[in-house]
Amino acid sequence: MGKDIREDIAWAQINRDVLKSLESPRKLYWVIIFAAMLVFSVGVGCEIYQYNTGMGVANLDNPHVWGLYIATFIFWIGMSHSGTLLSAILHLMHADWRKPIYRFAEAMTTFSLMTAGLFVMVHLGRLWQFYYAVPYPNERWTWPNFQSPLLWDAMAIFTYLSSSVIFLYVGMIPDLAICRDHLHPGWRKKLYTLLALGWEGTDRQWRNFRMTYLTVACFLIPLAVSVHSIVASDFAMSQQPGWHVTSFPPYFVAGALYSGCAAIITLFIILRYVFRFEEYMTLPILKKTVRLTFAIAMVWTYLNCIEFASVWYSHDQVAKDVLIQKATGTYAPFWWAMIFCGSVVPFAMMVKKWQTNIPVMFAVSLLLNLGMWLERWMIVSPTFSHGYYPWTWDHNQWPSMIQWGIVFGSFGWFTLLFMVFCKVFPSVSMYEVKEMVYHRSLELKKKELAAKGAN
Amino acid sequence: MSKRYLLALYNNFEEAEAVVSELRNTDIKGFSSADDLVVKSPIEHPEVEAFLGEKPVYVQWFTLVGATLGGLLAFSLIAGSQANFYAQMKGGKPIVPLPPDFVLTYEMFILGGVYITVLGFLICAGLPARRSPLYSAKVSEDQIGILVKSEEGSVSRFKDIFTKHKALEIQEEAGR
Repeated sequence: MGKDIREDIAWAQINRDVLKSLESPRKLYWVIIFAAMLVFSVGVGCEIYQYNTGMGVANLDNPHVWGLYIATFIFWIGMSHSGTLLSAILHLMHADWRKPIYRFAEAMTTFSLMTAGLFVMVHLGRLWQFYYAVPYPNERWTWPNFQSPLLWDAMAIFTYLSSSVIFLYVGMIPDLAICRDHLHPGWRKKLYTLLALGWEGTDRQWRNFRMTYLTVACFLIPLAVSVHSIVASDFAMSQQPGWHVTSFPPYFVAGALYSGCAAIITLFIILRYVFRFEEYMTLPILKKTVRLTFAIAMVWTYLNCIEFASVWYSHDQVAKDVLIQKATGTYAPFWWAMIFCGSVVPFAMMVKKWQTNIPVMFAVSLLLNLGMWLERWMIVSPTFSHGYYPWTWDHNQWPSMIQWGIVFGSFGWFTLLFMVFCKVFPSVSMYEVKEMVYHRSLELKKKELAAKGAN
Repeated sequence: MSKRYLLALYNNFEEAEAVVSELRNTDIKGFSSADDLVVKSPIEHPEVEAFLGEKPVYVQWFTLVGATLGGLLAFSLIAGSQANFYAQMKGGKPIVPLPPDFVLTYEMFILGGVYITVLGFLICAGLPARRSPLYSAKVSEDQIGILVKSEEGSVSRFKDIFTKHKALEIQEEAGR
């Protein structure tokens, strides 16, 4: 495998390259922004229509009280998990190849959580009653049900979102100081000056920074696991057939990491091209990300098999019927597409040549994401079509155009936020890339000295 | 006697280390390397600590307090509201059920831990702060800065040491 990064790249060059990305991206950037705004406005239009007309236009009914909204909510929550994986877990494991790419993964975490939060409200329909999910004291002494996983969700997502934003911000302070020092005067310089908090890179600041970053990383890992376990509990703690499965929390966590990793590959390739990051988002790093994704894909496949097996060997006939219906009923094409995209397509990542083939990996990552989105849909809808009551049997539901519009709109919203972030803030961590270059060049020097000694 | 600040810039850590070692071993009147010497670097560099000598970090104590308070606060709020059984009839079930309450306690434990850790970081790192007058943008690029606070009469000695170790640039500013 080639080098993750060139050891001879000058530190000043790193600053220049990353700062340049804040000013002059390729034209494709503006095309993406325009497309994202267009898709987002479709979503906003659909939401306004749904708000004014009522939830009937979403085509949600009884028993299909949850549809694409909840499926997409889980999808976005899941996508947020790889930011934590790359920034926190790999940080604790001293895997320094994460350094050029973790920043955008953290941003992805933040924006996908913000998108997921929107779906809770969209799904409610009655937006003005959202506050009922929030535990706060009130004069009527009516408390939310603390035993409900839905309330746990609200708390977990708030904790994860605010902690992720803090983690992203704290990790960016030294880079914001670089932006402050090297960009031309203007509104941006004022913004960076404010956000850099007067950072000067003193030994005292670095010492405390290192401890803080490590500590928050340690908190984020169990937090990320708890967030998706709690989302899984929304389902697993109910009595619905197909959902009441003990393997759901680890299955959800694995699925979350999987979809997040696939999204990282997609965004890696886009950012690499749009912001001319070929020097930092290198092919060996892509290869490592692809291998990590493949490993997680296999864990997800294994947990899928466990889930099917536990349903199959149980005496729960209704749950078994749901499984059979998924494989043979109305939802079968989507269910098999999920299996294909989630468990078969990853094997393309085993082909060494393809691991660094950008078009192939881009296509594969999109298919993996599609598979993971289908997985969420296949968790939610088929169960409602075959519940405990015979009247629900074969009561299939196809999402309305309004539902589809809002779901697509969320992709526009996420893309818009993400691309604006990458234009305003450095999406490659400059100080950490410098660290990486420094340590790699030290290693190289040691090797050269050892080789000379041997000769 | 009035104070002056001096900032010397160096190309690499080896040069900076040599300067710091010399400053620590030289007896200059009114200068203490522990209090009057600051190393500014563009990257987080453990070697800086090695040649500056170990200095304590207290952020983790903030973390402990924050996480403990967060967890306790969550549990007492939840249990307190549940204990108000006029509002919530339990039908024979425990008034304060521990397993579900643990979930929210756990989330608040983390929330408190993260928030207070960051607060501790700001306090311990002295942020937010006004940038010192002797700051060079080169420090955030690729150079190492050594900032010393000296008495008026010792300035030339510092300058000699900095120059001897091939400082790229020396800045000087009257102290406040």
